[in-house]
Amino acid sequence: MVINHSATAGTLESSDALITVEPGEGGIALDVTSSVMNQYGRQIKATVLETLGRLDVTDAKVTVVDKGALDCTLKARVECAVFRSCDKSASDIPWGGVIQ
Amino acid sequence: MKNAVGREIPDFLLKDGKEVYQGKNYMDGKYLKKASPCTRRYEKPQESKIVSSIAEALCQVGAKSGMTFSFHHHLRNGDYVVNMVMKSAIEELGLDDITIAATSLGDAHDPIAEYIEQGKVVGIQTSGIRGKMGEVVSAGKLKTPAIIRSHGGRPRAIEAGEVHIDIAVVAAPTSDCVGNCRGIGGKSNCGSLGYAMTDAKYADHVIVVTDCLVDFPNMPASVEAIDVDAVVVVDSIGDPRKIASAAARISQNPRDLMMAENVAKVIASTPWFKEGFSFQTGVGGPSLAANLFLEKYMDERGIKMGWAIGGICGPMVELLKKGKVGKVIDVQDFDLDAVNSINQTPGHYEMSASQYANPANKGAFVNKLDFVVLAALEIDTGFNVNVLTGSDGVLRGAPGGHPDTAAGSKCCIIVTPLVRGRMATVCEHVVTVTTPGDCVDVLVTDYGIAVNPLRPDLIECLDNAGIPHVSIEELKEKAYSIVGRPDDLQWEDDVVAVLEARDGTILDVVRKIKPLSLND
Repeated sequence: MVINHSATAGTLESSDALITVEPGEGGIALDVTSSVMNQYGRQIKATVLETLGRLDVTDAKVTVVDKGALDCTLKARVECAVFRSCDKSASDIPWGGVIQ
Repeated sequence: MKNAVGREIPDFLLKDGKEVYQGKNYMDGKYLKKASPCTRRYEKPQESKIVSSIAEALCQVGAKSGMTFSFHHHLRNGDYVVNMVMKSAIEELGLDDITIAATSLGDAHDPIAEYIEQGKVVGIQTSGIRGKMGEVVSAGKLKTPAIIRSHGGRPRAIEAGEVHIDIAVVAAPTSDCVGNCRGIGGKSNCGSLGYAMTDAKYADHVIVVTDCLVDFPNMPASVEAIDVDAVVVVDSIGDPRKIASAAARISQNPRDLMMAENVAKVIASTPWFKEGFSFQTGVGGPSLAANLFLEKYMDERGIKMGWAIGGICGPMVELLKKGKVGKVIDVQDFDLDAVNSINQTPGHYEMSASQYANPANKGAFVNKLDFVVLAALEIDTGFNVNVLTGSDGVLRGAPGGHPDTAAGSKCCIIVTPLVRGRMATVCEHVVTVTTPGDCVDVLVTDYGIAVNPLRPDLIECLDNAGIPHVSIEELKEKAYSIVGRPDDLQWEDDVVAVLEARDGTILDVVRKIKPLSLND
């Protein structure tokens, strides 16, 4: 999927994450800050990259401000931000496809 | 050297007779030579000890660089006195090389972090350390490792001379002109002054700071004029709204209530739940709510509680007034109901920190406790509890009376949700051991109950009462299945804090955290 414009999903509430995706400059540039960085930073990075991979996003700048979200929450927020960034969040969401 | 809870204690800390933690009751029967302060004689009658400012009081008692100042934390997060006195000592008198020995420190003391960064405050000895101070100490900016003690460990260390207090500062809601202090009767009331009592007896000099001067004699005095050098009257010693909250309300959160009900069930299944039993609870959501369910079981069995101790709040005072508990003995008050009750409600008494929890005296109240209900930041599969460091390795808590009541009581129950946000409360290894697992008996979570295998008698009690329980490993796996298995924290070699067991041996150390960078 191609990121057309910047979009966000999520909140800064405890146990949530705020994900911002922007058009990239060739490749994935990921910036993570997290209230649980020392214990879960690597897992957050892996989850976000895996989700982007599943959505076939290869060129994006992604900023994650995590407040202790579980993996399922992170995935949902990344998916939502990506769909918003290419205006597909109103319809055409591939439920049961790349969105599992 | 590895200690009895498997923690590696660096050799440089094991000098001057310091040993590693060996297990509970290790010091039993040994002798203690008590330290004695060097105090000034005031033979010539004094009409008044009032001086015009904190700086003048400090000069009068000979405040110098390198001294140890003690404070107590009854004014909690409303306290102005620590910052006021340190400002005067450092900025007005130009002192440095100062050690602060406080019964606890909180967010109210953020300005002290600046003095640590400037190198003016070089030592911290406390139970609690939080906020900015926790961050700068965790970052290794304090010159010497902070020493963290429990509420019972502190009076033990003072009496043993391991902490010598040059100047004790008493924040007094009321005082008379010669320094008889009480925690009530003024405008910044805190109730009990229990933590200040040992300090005042063992300090070379004592300065009273009050915002309400009352007629002589201010009786019954918690800190007595016979120990006081000077009295300073200031506009305000603290913010009353933060000293004592409005009545501590019992949680309405159904998860807390479910856990609290299970705590009461566990208590009611043991042989010590009988007429005259003794009890302490924390003021956290599920711990406090246990009061409510316990009352139900007491009514059913037609029994009364003999006595309760601890930090006291409204729901316990309520039980006292209803005649359902015989006596309440109080080292600190958390809400206005408790503040207004101490020494007023018949059966509600004040006690010192030593009387409460000191393991080296001849019989503290905690040693007679049947049950204690406590919270935890983390608990590991060895039942070791952490209430000091966040799971990110930064100092932001306090052992308080946790290790003392756990060790003294017949049945210590930890109540905590299995996970908080993405943090697993039940984990493989706690970041810091603050209460050793050999003192912790039962764990109640929202996903199940576990009993320490060291207590087959309690396992039998639960089985007989039909209370289901699982192994603590199962609870840990359940937690990790929800939040994922955390990476191990990475540490530098530098020790930023030493965690003393209540008997004075070394239970654990906190090292400087190496923050994770994803770019490496």
